[in-house]
Amino acid sequence: MSFIEYGDTIKDGDTAIVFLGHESMFPVKVQHGTVTQTKYGVIRHSTDLIGKKYGSKVTCSKGGWVFILHPTPELWTMNLPHRTQILYSTDISIITMMLELKPGSIVCESGTGSGSLSHALIRTVAPTGHLYTVEFHQQRAEKAREEFREHGVEHLVTVTNQDVCKNGFGVSNIADAVFLDIPSPWEAIGHAKSALKAEGGRICSFSPCIEQVQRTCLAMEEYGFTEINTLEILLRVYNVRTISLQIPDLGKAAEDNSSTGFDSSNPSHQGSPCTNLQQGTVQFKSGVPLREVVGHTGYLTFATKS
Amino acid sequence: AMEGGPSARIREGDCAVLKRDEVFKAVSVLRRRKIIFEKQWFYLDNAIGHIYGTTFEVTSGGNLQPKQEVEETTTETKEAGTDNRNIVDDGKSQKLTHDDIKALKDKGIKGQEIVQQLIENSTTFRDKTEFAQDKYIKKKKKKYEAVITIVKPSTRILSTMYYAREPGKINHLRYDTLAQMLTLGNIHAGNKMIVMETCAGLVLGAVMERMGGYGSIIQMYPGGGPVRAATSCFGFPKPFFDNLHEFPLSKVQSLLSGTFTTETLPADPEENALVEEESNGLAEEKQTSLQETEEEPTTEAAMEINPAEEQDTMDINAEDVEFKENKEKENKENVREKQIKQWERRKKLMEAAALLREKNADGLIVASKFHPTPLLLSLLEFVAPSRPFVVYCQYKEPLLECYTKLRERGGVINLKLSETWLRNYQVLPDRSHPKLTMSGGGGYLLSGITVVLEKGKSDSSNSEALKVEEPSSKRCKLQDLPC
Repeated sequence: MSFIEYGDTIKDGDTAIVFLGHESMFPVKVQHGTVTQTKYGVIRHSTDLIGKKYGSKVTCSKGGWVFILHPTPELWTMNLPHRTQILYSTDISIITMMLELKPGSIVCESGTGSGSLSHALIRTVAPTGHLYTVEFHQQRAEKAREEFREHGVEHLVTVTNQDVCKNGFGVSNIADAVFLDIPSPWEAIGHAKSALKAEGGRICSFSPCIEQVQRTCLAMEEYGFTEINTLEILLRVYNVRTISLQIPDLGKAAEDNSSTGFDSSNPSHQGSPCTNLQQGTVQFKSGVPLREVVGHTGYLTFATKS
Repeated sequence: AMEGGPSARIREGDCAVLKRDEVFKAVSVLRRRKIIFEKQWFYLDNAIGHIYGTTFEVTSGGNLQPKQEVEETTTETKEAGTDNRNIVDDGKSQKLTHDDIKALKDKGIKGQEIVQQLIENSTTFRDKTEFAQDKYIKKKKKKYEAVITIVKPSTRILSTMYYAREPGKINHLRYDTLAQMLTLGNIHAGNKMIVMETCAGLVLGAVMERMGGYGSIIQMYPGGGPVRAATSCFGFPKPFFDNLHEFPLSKVQSLLSGTFTTETLPADPEENALVEEESNGLAEEKQTSLQETEEEPTTEAAMEINPAEEQDTMDINAEDVEFKENKEKENKENVREKQIKQWERRKKLMEAAALLREKNADGLIVASKFHPTPLLLSLLEFVAPSRPFVVYCQYKEPLLECYTKLRERGGVINLKLSETWLRNYQVLPDRSHPKLTMSGGGGYLLSGITVVLEKGKSDSSNSEALKVEEPSSKRCKLQDLPC
C-alpha cells in the first residue's frame, strides 16, 4: 500500500485504517507481533491483519468486528493526529480543482501544519509532480517529514523549515500552483509570485477572517494577479431516516362514519408518503440535516499569475 | 504529464475557451472561422501562436490584437459626492445619445476613450460617491471595452462554463460538487476507474485529467455509444485515450450473470445500414464465423483467420466484367472496412468485458440522468473492496432510496449523503460582502467505501446493527412496508 497507490493485501509497515462503525475509526501502524486494543477486543497484527485483504472484516477477541481499510488522504484527514487546525476534504476538494492540480503538477504550500492538505496534494500530483511545503515550526516540520516517510511518499515532497514570508518557498519560477494558509498571507504574495511559473500559475489563500482576505486581495492586485475570486464552501450532510408522523384526530363530521381528511389507507405512487401498518401514522424517508453543522472554515481566494 | 515546461501556446485545431469576465465559451481554433462571443464577431487567426492566458481586443476588422498593458489612468475622481440624496434618476443625465455613441464606435474610438466620453457627458457623475463612480466606470468598461482572454481548458474552466451555459447537459452538476466527487473518489494516477455519466463527457474528462494518462478507465454508456463532446475539449494528448475503454450498460446484466457474448452488440446505426446496403451474402458469412469465434476471450488466433477467408472470396469474383468487377470490388472494400471496424469494436468490447470481470476496480463514479439505484447495485459488483464510490444525483430523493438499498445489500460502509453550499464574495476595500446572486443548488452526492461482501449477512458493524435507523419509538422493518 501507499497513499499514492492502491494495494490489495495488508503488509507489515502499512498504515491501515480500523473502521469500527459510523464515523468511528482510527489509523494503525501494522507491525508483526503488535496488538491493537479496540472496544471490541484485541487485534493481533500478525494473525488478524498481515496478509489479509483490505476491506476485510476482522473479528476481535471479544467477538465484535471491525473493517480494515486501505488508507486514502481523505481517511487520513479524518484520523490524523492534530498539531494544528486542519483543512477538511470539502475545502481540499475545491482547492485542488481551482488550482488545476493533476499528475505532474509542482505545488508550493505553507504552512504544512498537520499535513492534511499535504497528503491530498501529494496524492494528486503523483507520480511525476512535487510538493514543496514550508513550515516555520521546527517540530511540526520534522513530524511532517516523518509521516511522509512512513506513508511512502517522501520522494514526492520537500519539507522546508523556514518562514515563507521572509524566505519564500525555496524555489523559483517553476510552480504550477501555490497555496497559503498562514496568518499574514499578504506578506507572502511576493514570494508566491516568484515561486510560480512565468505565466498561468494559480494561487490560493485560505483565511478565516475577512480582514485578512481584504489585505490579501489588495496584495494580489498590487502584484499583478488576475481573476481574483473569493468564495467559501460548506458541507451539508443528511442522515437518511424513516420518519413516522402521526395523523391528528380531527374528529368526525356529524352523522358521517367515514374517516375524514387525509386518507391514510391508500399507498400511492412512489415518492409520496406511505402508510404504516399501524393506524394513524404516515411514513416516509427523509434526508434529515444534522442539528449542528460547520458554519465556517475560511474564505478561499484564488487568482492567476499573468 | 506535461506540466512545468514553457507555457502552452494556442495552436490551430485546439479547443480553446474564450473568457470575458465571468463568461466562458469553448471554441475550436480554426482559421477564417467566424466566432460570435459576447455580442462580438471576430476571427481567431491572430491568436494562433500566442500563449494561453493572453488578453485580446477585437479590432474593427474582426481580428484579434493582444491588448497592450495600459496603466489604468485614474480618471480624475477628485470630485465626488457623499451620498445619493440629491441624485434624481430621470434617465436624462447622460448627454450622449445612442447615435452619438454609435458614431464614436464606428469611428473606431477605443472603448477606454468611449468610457471617458461617457463620464464627461454625465451630469450626475461628479455627484456620485467615489464608490458609485467606481461602480459606474466598471459597468461602462464592461460594456464598451471588449476584451477577451483565451484560456486553456481545464476541469475548473469547463465545469464552470458548462454549469453557467448548459447546465441541462450536465444534469445541473455544479463545479464544486464535481470537485467533491474527484476528491472523495480518490481519483489519481494509476487507478482503474469505472465511470458512468451522462454529462456530455465532462465528468469523464475531469477524471482523465486527475489520472494524467496513468491507469485505466472503463466508461459505461447507455444506448449506442458514449457521448464525449466535453472530453475532447480538454485537449488531452492521444496516449491518454489508450487506456480508456467503454462498455454498454445493456450488457451489464449478462456480464454479471456470466452469459455475456458479443453477438448482439449495440450496433452503430450508420455502420449497420451501410453493411446492409453493400452486403451480398459475404457479410452474412463473416458474421456467423465472427460470432462463433468470439464466444471465448482467447480468440486472437481465430480472428486472424477471417481476413484470409475474405481474401479468397474476393479472388473468386475476379472473372467478372471489368466495370462490374470494379464496382463489386469497391463494395467489398467498403464491406471489408465495415467488417474490420466491427471487428475492432468487438475486440475492444471483449477487452472491456475482461477488465470488468476482474472485479477489482479502484473506484466508481456515477453522474447521470438515470435513477442511481440500479446503476450502483450492479456496477459496485465490479469494484474491489476498500475502495471509494461516489454517486451524483440532481435530486435528493433517489439517493435516499439508493442509500436504503445499499444498506440492504451490504458490502458498503461510511455511507454519506451530502451537498455543498457555495458562496462567492466581492472583496473591495470597505465594500466586501457576499455576491448578490448565488446558485440555489448544485446537486447531491452519495459516497461510501466498499468492503468485502459476505452474502446473506448484514455487515453493518456491531454498533450499527444495534443502532436504530430513526429516533422514533415506532419502528417498522423496511421489508414490511408496502412502498
